Amino acid sequence: MLGKTANGLFWMYRYIERAENISRLVETGQRIALTRLDSPDDEWVSVMKTAGVAKAYKRHHETVTKEAAIDWMLRAKENPSSVLSAISSARQNARVVRTALTHDVWEAMNGCYMALKDALSRRVNERDLPAVIDLIKERTALVRGTTQGTLLRNDIFNFARIGTFLERADNIARILDVKYYVLLPSVYSVGSSIDNVQWETILRAVSARGGYRMVHGSQASPRDIAQFLVLDRKMPRSLEFSVTKIRDNLEYLALDYGDRHRSHELAEALKQRFTAHDIDAIFDYGLHEFLQDVLGSLNELGQQIEKDYRFYE
Amino acid sequence: MNESQTFDEMWGREQVLRPPYERFHEWFEGEDIARLRAKQREAEEVFRLTGITFNVYGRAEAEERLIPFDIIPRIISGREWQKLSRGIEQRVQAINAFLYDIYHRQEIVKAGRIPQEMVSRNDAFLPQMIGVKPPGGVYTHIVGIDLVRTDDNEFYVLEDNARTPSGVSYMLENRETMLQMFPELFSRNRVQPVQTYPLDLRRSLAACAPADVDEKPTIAVLTPGIYNSAYFEHAFLADQMGVELVEGQDLRIVGGKVAMRTTEGYRPIDVLYRRVDDDFLDPLNFNPESALGIPGIMDVYRAGRITIANAPGTGIADDKAIYSYMPDIVEFYTGEKAILENVPTWRCSEPEALAYVLDNLHDLVVKEVHGSGGYGMLIGPTSTRKEIAAFRDKLKARPGNYIAQPTLSLSTVPIFTQKGLAPRHVDLRPFVLVSPAGIKITPGGLTRVALKKGSLVVNSSQGGGTKDTWVLED
Repeated sequence: MLGKTANGLFWMYRYIERAENISRLVETGQRIALTRLDSPDDEWVSVMKTAGVAKAYKRHHETVTKEAAIDWMLRAKENPSSVLSAISSARQNARVVRTALTHDVWEAMNGCYMALKDALSRRVNERDLPAVIDLIKERTALVRGTTQGTLLRNDIFNFARIGTFLERADNIARILDVKYYVLLPSVYSVGSSIDNVQWETILRAVSARGGYRMVHGSQASPRDIAQFLVLDRKMPRSLEFSVTKIRDNLEYLALDYGDRHRSHELAEALKQRFTAHDIDAIFDYGLHEFLQDVLGSLNELGQQIEKDYRFYE
Repeated sequence: MNESQTFDEMWGREQVLRPPYERFHEWFEGEDIARLRAKQREAEEVFRLTGITFNVYGRAEAEERLIPFDIIPRIISGREWQKLSRGIEQRVQAINAFLYDIYHRQEIVKAGRIPQEMVSRNDAFLPQMIGVKPPGGVYTHIVGIDLVRTDDNEFYVLEDNARTPSGVSYMLENRETMLQMFPELFSRNRVQPVQTYPLDLRRSLAACAPADVDEKPTIAVLTPGIYNSAYFEHAFLADQMGVELVEGQDLRIVGGKVAMRTTEGYRPIDVLYRRVDDDFLDPLNFNPESALGIPGIMDVYRAGRITIANAPGTGIADDKAIYSYMPDIVEFYTGEKAILENVPTWRCSEPEALAYVLDNLHDLVVKEVHGSGGYGMLIGPTSTRKEIAAFRDKLKARPGNYIAQPTLSLSTVPIFTQKGLAPRHVDLRPFVLVSPAGIKITPGGLTRVALKKGSLVVNSSQGGGTKDTWVLED
């Protein structure tokens, strides 16, 4: 496979994952804004922080309003992580790697782009927001579905998966880091209504409410939430799960190519952080510090993969 | 233009249904217009989703556009096709012999059949190719011969495309779309298949690999990148052949071979089907500004360690000034009279011809010698006085830059409009593969159709569309 193709696959799937995550954050933000009576616009700052788009927003806007925040996250061209920008980039990458994709995947990707370009061609009315969010979920799910259903399980699939899970891990770590203070035992003041809202925000933002209830019951506690999102092995959006997938797919590549690189060591070391400690140890170490370490390692790993597999040179 | 002067491929000149269209017509009569309208829209949707688009240049944001597709097939009988394909094969053989000669002993010039300056002062002539023998002796691995029809038995070659003919992906996708939408039509008619083209192309390219390569040569398609107007086609062909689609930045010279950067290091390439122009192939040997090419690839080529398809320097054979010599070229190298006729052509570089052209601009089509895509040409009969006057000045300033031809009464084929069938002018580009194993012509080719009533310009960049082209098994 061409290095360029590996690069294109990696980024195509990162952008798909990003678009989906951003839309989920918008949905969460909207839900909170609707269910809270006090200063709902403040919550959007926090939502944009978790999406990693708050700083750029401030460069383009004086004030934070719900309309502007939603617009920024869904369709701003100046925001490279808006849903529309991410989907355009995903499709651009898909064009570059067209020969590595099946017809089904390409059509799902192209159809996703066409549908969202159309739906996001103008500001989204509050009234239409749920339908637009559903469309984003549906269209990205189609890309993922055709990927699962039609791609050969070779290096093409591995690079697609590595891109997906690197983005996902990065995303979860960032959401947790923005909200980590509400999970700290020191603010453990069981269920003030504000805390409940914040916890729910976190779970909603990663589509984990149902899963959490199945595993931990209906009583939400910050320790259990942290355990669930950081260490749970069965939760497809936990850090542990994502990091394991990255490691596994790198291992498949090593098997396939008969060659190991530094990225394999980095991935193994990263994975070990999640097996070596339980959630209490992580709290003792400092959740924020732990998450910062993880974000740093993910970044380093991404760059190492680029080098090892000759994405650029 | 009076429509009755035009030959219609379905109805002839006298409104009598021609045999190749009999079964189609029978089917069409039983069809509901509303259903066909829905089918036409469905076809567009299929094309949009598949991404069969071309990029339009000259806009800030490269825009992707669909080439309009018309659902009415163009139908050619097997007998008609046989004659055409004999003529095409002869012409393509002559073109290859001509290229070899031009870059070696130049016998045709010595014999006085072509003036020396037509070669030596031609921009498309590449001195770097003098004395180079391409692997397998093939120059034009892929050729597109543009044909027009004026009557039952009258075909003319409008131009030869010996550099990088495009459009074959439309030929294939058009057929694919028709098969999906109107399977019943294919049950009623025995249509010769075109779907083997990608496999044929792969085999043909493999057969042209350098001599020291084992039986499974590594092939790649070289594209200028996703912003190129024909990127879709480049990706399509690489995908269909199951080979890598590379750009200049993926390639470098490693150990005397052209090699591509893979996730496992550099891997040598034996045959490069390039879709970039000569000028951009090698910044060391040609255009030093080019970011698209591979520095040093020409040296590898001259050492016989890679096949470049088509060979550099083939443009000399499809130059519009050389075109007028094609009947001589065919005769010189094959010893036979050309089966396919040329359109009579005045070379404006010759004073007598220029005088005639200037006197008859309103009847003629005048083209730039190096132009393509329907740009920079004058169609006398449909131009205003002002346009003709402006063109006259350009022509006088640089006569050598132009050729002129009579306005041919191009045949028409019906297209599907809101009101039903309506005749529109068409041309035809059959695709030809050349290798030491032989010449292979895909039955049919790409039919381009001028969608505007009366228009003679079929180029997609000027609002033309395409049709599926059927060659019937007689």
